[in-house]
Amino acid sequence: MKVLVPIKRVIDYNVKARVKPDNSDVDLANVKMAINPFCEIAVEEAVRLKEAGTATEVIVVSIGDKSCQEQLRTALALGADRAIQIEAETNLDSLNIAKLLQKVVEEEAPQLVILGKQAIDSDNNQTGQMLAALTGMPQGTFASEVKVEGDKVNVTREVDAGLQTIALNLPAIVTTDLRLNEPRYASLPNIMKAKRKPLVVKPAADFGIDLTARTKLLKVTPPAERQAGIVVETIDELVEKLKNEAKVIS
Amino acid sequence: MSILVFAEHDNSTLKAETLKTVAAAQAIGGDITILVAGSNCQSVADAAAKVNGVSKVLIADNAAYEHQLAENISLLVTELASDYEHIIATALSTGKNFMPRVAALLDVTQISDIIGVESSDTFIRPIYAGNAIATVQSLDSKKVITVRSTGFDAVATDGNAEVVVLDIATDAGTSSHVNDELSVSERPDLGAAGVVISGGRGMQNGDNFKLLEGIADKLGAAIGASRAAVDAGFVPNDMQVGQTGKIVAPDLYIAVGISGAIQHLAGMKDSKIIVAINKDPDAPIFQVADYGIVADLFDALPELEAKL
Repeated sequence: MKVLVPIKRVIDYNVKARVKPDNSDVDLANVKMAINPFCEIAVEEAVRLKEAGTATEVIVVSIGDKSCQEQLRTALALGADRAIQIEAETNLDSLNIAKLLQKVVEEEAPQLVILGKQAIDSDNNQTGQMLAALTGMPQGTFASEVKVEGDKVNVTREVDAGLQTIALNLPAIVTTDLRLNEPRYASLPNIMKAKRKPLVVKPAADFGIDLTARTKLLKVTPPAERQAGIVVETIDELVEKLKNEAKVIS
Repeated sequence: MSILVFAEHDNSTLKAETLKTVAAAQAIGGDITILVAGSNCQSVADAAAKVNGVSKVLIADNAAYEHQLAENISLLVTELASDYEHIIATALSTGKNFMPRVAALLDVTQISDIIGVESSDTFIRPIYAGNAIATVQSLDSKKVITVRSTGFDAVATDGNAEVVVLDIATDAGTSSHVNDELSVSERPDLGAAGVVISGGRGMQNGDNFKLLEGIADKLGAAIGASRAAVDAGFVPNDMQVGQTGKIVAPDLYIAVGISGAIQHLAGMKDSKIIVAINKDPDAPIFQVADYGIVADLFDALPELEAKL
């Protein structure tokens, strides 16, 4: 079966985002960018399905300007077979992203679409669910285990109270949680090979979707700074402070 | 304006976070209806009827909703949606799962995880693991919103709303529930606890989390963990506090053997008082801690337990 993996280029997870002085947005100029960690887990899962003989082809897709080709090449180096860049402005609303992905799903007809559960920049946690709604497919979100069995996929999900396993009819949408797998590193030979793998560019305009913004970002501000605290020397002092100064214990 | 609030529950108890989500609905302003969808969930509807400021409770009690599968719940909510301008759920695992599906079915986008309300179409939400706060205006006709409960204070439970039974059973038939593996704990719920004590990689193994239990007992605290502790298999994942785990904002958060990575801070830095116990004086956790102690946790924890 064919597996489609949408991926997103985001700020590297180790970088602390800084707000622009004019409060218009976060400053991404000269900031290290990478594949969203959850998307990397999605690529890894798809590649493992291929290695296990379950998947026959892994296609990665990203929506954005030319710079996201870098992340598509990384995904190819990790084992994806081919890549699609949908050329569009970055930071489209999730629904518009989901609508573009719906067109890719219609064209490619994958049996399984694996996405990250959220992007670490917008922290929306929406796209997979929206794509599932638009395609009418069932969804297995926040997956920590994925088992394809015949025409169904069993997905173990991380929920508030523990774990929940559900069975979905294929084709289906899965979104990854951190514990699904540990992504591999791309080896140098694989990075070289990835340069020759097919990557097609499709302008978003060709899909005939109204990509008008659904939201307007009015302002971005830094979070309230916490007051610098104090370091105490002894546990006695700590307990005394918590009782009498902070009054959080009695 | 009319607002539909989805009740988070386990078919028997209304989750405390719903009271905070109703507070967000009150901040938007309008006539508030709570939807209880589940199976054998009358007790939840009775509890929802007592929530302050709620005029009506809708109960959809059907086997199709027992496990709140996104495919079935989203059809139910979409069917009800025409009567409401705002559809709101708590940003817990159920709400996060089905709400974007509702949004897409209604052809609107979703505003996730709001922590503040500016007006009926403008909301405040954290982005970039809480390192920036965005003010976002929704341009869609209907607003589909999830609420970060730590951003709002719970409303009282002195109401008396009318309960209306819905005769709807939407079953998409594309998914089914297999089984649950739920963690059983006598302690308060992590998301709602007034005190949280969390352990990180510094705990070294799962057994050492017992060192936190005596303190948690004395303080009536919930026990949390960093991703490192969960990934190392010390404790189950539902204890994880952070950007991708649970978001908590208790009165007192005690971080033990946790360095304070960006992703962990995202889940707890709105706590009122933060205490850090760490042997590394350069650990980033000390930059957000109100009280820090540089000590070996294996010495500090037994002493703290004895002195509480």
